[in-house]
Amino acid sequence: MATVHMVVNGREVSGEVEGRTLLSDFLRNGLKLTGTHIGCDTSQCGACVVHVNGKAIKSCTMFALEASDSTVTTIEGMANEDGSLGIVQQAFQDHHGLQCGFCTPGMVMSAAALLSENLTPGEAEIRDYLEGNICRCTGYQNIVKAIQGAAEELAA
Amino acid sequence: MYSFEFERPTTIDDAVAALSRSGAQVIAGGQTLIPTLKNRLASPDVLVSLGAISELRGISVSSGSVVVGAATTHAEVAHSAAEAFPALSGLANNIGDPAVRNRGTVGGSIANNDPSACYPAAALATGATIITNSRRIAADDFFLGIFETALDEDELITSVEFPIPAAANYQKFEQPASRFALVGAFVSRFDTCVRVAITGAADSGVFRWSEAEKALTASFSPDSLAGLSVEADDMISDVHGSQAYRTNLVAVMTRRAVAAC
Amino acid sequence: MPRDQGIGASSARREDVRFLTGNGRYTDDFNVHGQKYVHFLRSDVAHGRIRSVNTLAAAAMPGVIAVFTGEDLEGIGGLPCGWLVTDRHGEPMNEPGHPVLAVGKVRHVGDPIAAVVADSVAEASDAAEAIEVDIEELPAVINMAAALEGGSLVHDEIGTNLCYDWGFVEDSREAVDAAIAEAEHVTSLELVNNRLVANAMEPRVALGDYNASNDESTLYTTSQNPHVIRLLMGAFVLQIPEHKLRVVAPDVGGGFGSKIFHYAEEAFCTLASRRLRVPVKWTASRSEAFVTDAHGRDHVTKIDLALSKDGKFKAIRTSTLANLGAYLSTFSTSVPTWLHGTLMAGNYTTPLVYVNVRAVFTNTVPVDAYRGAGRPEATFQLERVIDKAARELGIDPVEIRRRNFVQPDQFPYATPVALEYDTGNYPATMDKLVEIADLDGFAARAEESASRGRLRGLGVNCYIEACGIAPSNLVGQLGARAGLYESATVRVNATGSVTVMTGCHSHGQSHETTFPQVVSDMLGIDEGQINVLHGDTANAPMGMGTYGSRSIAVGGSAIVRATEKIVAKAKRIAAHLMEASADDIEFADGVFSVAGTDKSVAWGDVCLTAYVPHNYPLDKLEPGLEETAFYDPANFTFPAGAYACEVEVDTDTGAVEICSFAAADDFGNVINPMIVDGQVHGGIAQGVGQALREHAIYDSNGQLLTGSYMDYAMPRADDLPSLVVDHSCQTPCTHNPLGVKGCGEAGAIGSPPTVVNAVIDALQRGGYDVDHIDMPLSPSRVWEAING
Ligand SMILES: Cc1cc2nc3c(=O)[nH]c(=O)nc-3n(C[C@H](O)[C@H](O)[C@H](O)COP(=O)(O)OP(=O)(O)OC[C@H]3O[C@@H](n4cnc5c(N)ncnc54)[C@H](O)[C@@H]3O)c2cc1C
Ligand code: FES
Ligand code: FES
Repeated sequence: MATVHMVVNGREVSGEVEGRTLLSDFLRNGLKLTGTHIGCDTSQCGACVVHVNGKAIKSCTMFALEASDSTVTTIEGMANEDGSLGIVQQAFQDHHGLQCGFCTPGMVMSAAALLSENLTPGEAEIRDYLEGNICRCTGYQNIVKAIQGAAEELAA
Repeated sequence: MYSFEFERPTTIDDAVAALSRSGAQVIAGGQTLIPTLKNRLASPDVLVSLGAISELRGISVSSGSVVVGAATTHAEVAHSAAEAFPALSGLANNIGDPAVRNRGTVGGSIANNDPSACYPAAALATGATIITNSRRIAADDFFLGIFETALDEDELITSVEFPIPAAANYQKFEQPASRFALVGAFVSRFDTCVRVAITGAADSGVFRWSEAEKALTASFSPDSLAGLSVEADDMISDVHGSQAYRTNLVAVMTRRAVAAC
Repeated sequence: MPRDQGIGASSARREDVRFLTGNGRYTDDFNVHGQKYVHFLRSDVAHGRIRSVNTLAAAAMPGVIAVFTGEDLEGIGGLPCGWLVTDRHGEPMNEPGHPVLAVGKVRHVGDPIAAVVADSVAEASDAAEAIEVDIEELPAVINMAAALEGGSLVHDEIGTNLCYDWGFVEDSREAVDAAIAEAEHVTSLELVNNRLVANAMEPRVALGDYNASNDESTLYTTSQNPHVIRLLMGAFVLQIPEHKLRVVAPDVGGGFGSKIFHYAEEAFCTLASRRLRVPVKWTASRSEAFVTDAHGRDHVTKIDLALSKDGKFKAIRTSTLANLGAYLSTFSTSVPTWLHGTLMAGNYTTPLVYVNVRAVFTNTVPVDAYRGAGRPEATFQLERVIDKAARELGIDPVEIRRRNFVQPDQFPYATPVALEYDTGNYPATMDKLVEIADLDGFAARAEESASRGRLRGLGVNCYIEACGIAPSNLVGQLGARAGLYESATVRVNATGSVTVMTGCHSHGQSHETTFPQVVSDMLGIDEGQINVLHGDTANAPMGMGTYGSRSIAVGGSAIVRATEKIVAKAKRIAAHLMEASADDIEFADGVFSVAGTDKSVAWGDVCLTAYVPHNYPLDKLEPGLEETAFYDPANFTFPAGAYACEVEVDTDTGAVEICSFAAADDFGNVINPMIVDGQVHGGIAQGVGQALREHAIYDSNGQLLTGSYMDYAMPRADDLPSLVVDHSCQTPCTHNPLGVKGCGEAGAIGSPPTVVNAVIDALQRGGYDVDHIDMPLSPSRVWEAING
């Protein structure tokens, strides 16, 4: 067991983990941040995407110890301070970018990462960027629209 | 996952020392190793992380080559090599997805030598040198067969030096599920020769297609490849494509790479 | 003007805020104090006789609480099959047992042999590795034709690998044969409907929690129908009466059919918790899901279509082998029969139809309903053979369909395969398709593609489905062992807000949003005053759950009925308050008034009076305002539509790109257009996935070769274009109060043949002599076909 410290959603946290504890395990079980989901065991689905030091990563494919002393943002940290939906989240609701909601945390985190790199992504760029996020419900159409909507909102 | 000890050294020397422990294995981005561990297909006693070793990260560009630190991520290569070596940058930018590219590393890809991986094709087609904590290995001597390399058990790749060709292009035909290369062709035109490396296709892993190299060295044009074909018997056959299909893709992807150079 | 509330409004989804902020509560997010974890040791061979299972070493491992094998579960019932199919000769199907943990034999890779309960997941899996299993491997039966030709038996006790040989309509068999023998033209096609894995993004989870102090069990599970699980597991497997068993299916991350069925892990966790007196939890990994979730489709079919020279359909005959896998999953037997054969008339007036299905046991994962269930299989073969016939006869594919449509004035229309279509307008959906897909502009687009060295093709097709499952008396005659009504309780609270409890379950369908839209319209109160509870047998009346595009048509109708009762009672209360006769009370926009007077009372006053009955006709009326209704539909509903797709084929590589996809659907009335669009998008994505990418492939030893996302190709965002969907053609259902038909499965049913028709069209335009390629039309298959 080792102790890991990180800043998660603006809050300093620490916990005891094993070497094999994945960041996703630490978030879900250690910190009870169950918004981060696990949809596969081969690192393809992206339900687990969070930001570590501002970059989108698959939290199921990173050990918690690798994130020690990092800044981590999860879906629980994406709302505005007053609790209202952030721009990307709101766009997902406005454009019906989610159905069962299981892929949604990862989608939102990937979308936010894309928009932090590129404020004017075209449809093809958005679809390409989502290659590592599988959604079985929406056919992606309204997710793409939501991201376009969020981009417009952010540019305004 | 079986349990293991986790070490996170901050220098190459400490990493090499840690690697000498019994059952020790390197972990770089973990994008290959962690899924393997989850399926209990590997059981290291100690994992030595490269994540905190800053001297293993970064890219330096000189007139004739790009040297990439082993722990440099695909995303960093995509970004930093864009001007000096667009074909390499493009290859990096099309590995997996953004989250994978933010973790996966050049060293990990080359050390792993997955038969469908992209970087081995770039290394072989450029005549790269794989630099380890103890020696320099020419790419031609490095890739020994699928998941097999010239690395010793406790040897660490520290950087990879890619000569920059006069023109180069990588064409990847994606396997529909994993999106790794079903067939990838990397073509490099140097002043005196052309090198062609093919990944994804062969039973024995990444290889140089010497016939194509000869023809292209004589005349660098897609037409020079007309009638050339790799040996179908050496190709992989699986649910994603027969040997005949892969043989065809090798020709098509190479032609397209030449055309795009 | 689009409305902002009520039926027809694109109301924003209620469920979204919790999902978007990470506050969804999926089954794996539930943890009960003191819970233990189970790991199932699963067979890695497809077929074998269990000689011995030695658990001693495992039981002694750190953290292990108990190890169970099949023998430890003696006296526990097997997993039941919910539908008895009667064969062509009037005999019942073969119905072998399905133990919770394997007994005697293992029958597919993934079959559970033993279960370890331990303090942690890691300890449970470590211990599972220490279990010594001795299995005598037997030859695996994988190929269906071979399975029927002798060799190894999946279930020795039934002496055959045939479950049933079903004929429908058996009395038409000879007439159909004769019509085909005499026809001016017969088009035949042999095809495969590829085996799929549903792949809801949330893997299955079960958490059993037994409370010894009151002998009550709670099961938290990823289910589309908690009441059905309670009934099946309680009555047939574990013998726990309903009042001692609560099943909770909280937020569920997609189902697509795969979470309808009662699975072994649910029964095991419930049982283990009772035996060990600790909560027991199991969370599937995706790899495990691939070999334990029921698969879908997997039919091999020969279809013959008899036509006149001018393209009028005269008769259809089909012969299908349907894979059931190793055991009968809950509704598996109904899928290749009643959900398949009854749709073989399609949107057309074909007078004679005969469908034969032989259902086969193999050493593969059980096969059951997957989005569309039987109807995609029917639509695929029918629309493919029609397309082939059109080419053979030189008739335009749109035109040949038009010539055979059931016409709008023919409804209600009785098909030769037992259904009565209540309403529809197939020419109108086709007209709409021609418009939205810009079919007239195809030639120009094909030319543009050619200039880039690509072959462009156009595929069209139609579909009809039977949804709103189902009239109980009818399905009872057909072999269903359950009713298929739906339930609702509408509870009006004292201050006028409303809670709706439904037996349906939302795992993406948005019931929490659409159901209040219906009630809001009926009561004239704000949608925000209404909430929906579902997914817990403790708070909803016994209902049958969500599948078969039934929720709005059956569950929504139950809500309407319950709300009607509320209005009737509220009128009587209002009458009392206004000292008028109940017959004179009018109710509109949330206000009760006495006809012809200016007397009125508000909704809120009536509600309060019901619960604070100080001034109340207690001699005539009970206090309170809460009503329950059970709605059993009079008929199926029949959504229908016309789809078009354009593809580009790269003949060098065989790669197919979907350039455009348009869908014109008739869902009858639509409650929330935004949500309906989303359902169609998702269905089409799955159908395109089936057509081009997805395939569960077994090798001859019964190993699943595509058992992870490394090899099972899920559709990704960049595989799809922006889809054009339209549901403005609306012929309201005639027999349910909302006039709705359901929209959940349409996209998955209508799209596979559209895509395949388009690829074949492209290849034929390119001069290739290819008239069929089996799905998935992966690059290698397309390339092999054109270089074949
Ligand atoms: C979803 C997904 C999609 C992918 N798609 C592609 C793709 O399209 N093309 C492609 O090429 N790859 C793809 N990959 C693989 C990816 O590029 C990996 O990042 C890479 O193969 C391994 O790099 P890593 O840093 O993650 O290595 P790790 O997983 O950490 O290690 C891999 C192996 O290399 C060894 N190793 C790592 N670094 C060193 C070193 N410096 N010296 C010696 N040994 C070392 C480790 O011990 C281990 O055996 C994909 C991966 C995922 C998860
Ligand atoms: S759970 Fe992380 S990629 Fe699937
Ligand atoms: S919304 Fe269900 S998986 Fe994306």
